[in-house]
Amino acid sequence: MTDIDFPGTKFRQYTLRTALHVALIVGTIIFLLPIFVVVNTSLKAPAAINLATTWHLPAEIHWQSYVEAIEEFGPRIWNSITLVTNATLLSAIIGSLNGYVLSKWRIYGERILFPLILLGMFIPYQGVLIPLFEFMRAARLYGGIPGLIIIHTIYGLPITTLIFRNFYVDIPDEMLEAAAIDGAGFWDIYTQIVLPLSVSGFVVVIIWQFTQIWNEFLFAVTMTTGASEPITVGLAQLAGGEAVHWNLPMAGAVIAALPPLIVYLILSRYFIRGLLAGSGH
Amino acid sequence: MRNRRDRFIALLMLMPTFILLGIFVYFFLGKTIYYSTTDWGENPAQPALSETVIRQNVGLENYQNLMTDVIQAMFRNSLTNMFFFFVFFVIGSIGLGLLLTLILDQKIVGEAFFRTIFLSPMALSFVVTGTIWRWLLQPDGGLNYLPTVFGLEPFHFNWLNSQEVWLQFTWDKVPLYLTFVGFALFALLAVRRALRQDWRSLGFIVSLAVIVILIFISGLWNYIWLPLDVVQVESSIAPKGFNAALVGIIIAAIWQMSGYVMAILTAGLRGIPEDLREAAQVDGCSSLRVYTHIILPQLRPFVISTIIILGHISLKVFDLVFAMSGPDNARTVMPGILVYTKGFRQNSFAQASAIATIVLLLVVIIIVPYLYMQLRDHD
Repeated sequence: MTDIDFPGTKFRQYTLRTALHVALIVGTIIFLLPIFVVVNTSLKAPAAINLATTWHLPAEIHWQSYVEAIEEFGPRIWNSITLVTNATLLSAIIGSLNGYVLSKWRIYGERILFPLILLGMFIPYQGVLIPLFEFMRAARLYGGIPGLIIIHTIYGLPITTLIFRNFYVDIPDEMLEAAAIDGAGFWDIYTQIVLPLSVSGFVVVIIWQFTQIWNEFLFAVTMTTGASEPITVGLAQLAGGEAVHWNLPMAGAVIAALPPLIVYLILSRYFIRGLLAGSGH
Repeated sequence: MRNRRDRFIALLMLMPTFILLGIFVYFFLGKTIYYSTTDWGENPAQPALSETVIRQNVGLENYQNLMTDVIQAMFRNSLTNMFFFFVFFVIGSIGLGLLLTLILDQKIVGEAFFRTIFLSPMALSFVVTGTIWRWLLQPDGGLNYLPTVFGLEPFHFNWLNSQEVWLQFTWDKVPLYLTFVGFALFALLAVRRALRQDWRSLGFIVSLAVIVILIFISGLWNYIWLPLDVVQVESSIAPKGFNAALVGIIIAAIWQMSGYVMAILTAGLRGIPEDLREAAQVDGCSSLRVYTHIILPQLRPFVISTIIILGHISLKVFDLVFAMSGPDNARTVMPGILVYTKGFRQNSFAQASAIATIVLLLVVIIIVPYLYMQLRDHD
């Protein structure tokens, strides 16, 4: 890290550094204003909410909005949990196998096939939406969570494959060669050497997939209906109507935000690794 | 490890992914492109959702309609909206992200805490962000009333419902602007060549610039561009521009994504060898020169990749706008939203496919060269 060696005396340097810190703190407060407003509004009684008093603290804490929001979400919370658990684990397991094959086994045509897998990560999903809708209807999977699990598993494969491939490249080939000489085959090497070394790779992938799928909206709103929707669709409906009582969508927003936010706060180091992998670094 | 049976198993293990992505990505994209050349959903005699629907090939008619039909003005609005969203969202996020990166590089007390805060919106859904900001941007409350906390007058900007249009332009002026942009680029290139005393390529660039000017003077542009009915109609009745209603959405998007820029640029900054910085300082470089001559040039590839990532996000933008101003708002509509409303609300599958194909094309144009460069650099 480089210090800006400000010209002048030590005193001036000290003042400038203090000013920098103060500016940063003010910036952080501005940055956090939306969070303050959500929590603040969600804790007010509906009667106490009016536009002009957005910034006033609640006269008394009103937890009822959270209870109501959970009731409004109904099965959608559980839908999201089912969706995220299944799709995350499936895409992580398949991605791990893919990464193992792509990093440790020479596959014919790999230089063309790997970029084609990666491109799947960047395509606009609007471009597959209509054929996907047709397919899901024909397969009798349209409208429900099982269909959405399949969709998120498949479209998650490019990123999980990429993260695991880059992760496994660092495992020295000599280690695997030695095992191979001792007679270990494809599966022995995977289960006895690669998999035990993959724990942090799995943490990165699971956190990334968990937050992405939990937060996803486009597939959710087009491929599920009614009681089978995940939580993001429920939140959009909660906030969508005109003349809504804003305590409810704000409480809903907090509930929908909490799971990925908690995971991020506890494991941000791994979250950032997923983030960087997704941008090719 | 190289025996034939194991290599066969390895290939076999990769097959499901190839087949699934082959179908769900490439085959489906191909199908969308095909549907965009049919009348699926446009022919009243053929119910769009019937399992025995007959789709007739209409060539490029859907694209022609989108570009020229007066009732498809919504689509052309969505293109201008996307353009302004792209420009201001990318500039804003990178500006703020770069600022945060450089500030947090100054041995800040509590650096990790600040980083965690600024990156935290990345863990939120765009739907959550949109819901929060929609409340913050209510005209008679929220941000507008923040000054009242300090006893000041409230603002009266109508955020998401604003009818104001800035930077207005009409379609018939677009060739002129494009010529200006092209000419400015040539001028920039020419100056750089001249500074490097690269006279031969300077001559090449100047002659290219002369060709551009000649095309414009000769009126060839107008010959290509103006015969479109829509150019004439919309130029006279409905000027396009930067809808003020987009400002709030852009702010929310910057709030969410600037931490992401910070994370990538910080990774880039940490990749700069410490001795490079120290050597520059020992050589008597002032700290400002260390930044302009060493750090910023080293960060350039990272800035370029964030431009591309954020750029392709803004081409696909859907959930944030959906949650903030709804899918039917003409002032903030985006192509990514029109695919949804046309396809899933109105069953105009062919038109939705044509719009999706246009978005796909734009994304491919910026992502494919990027992926190519990334993979080439890694190998």
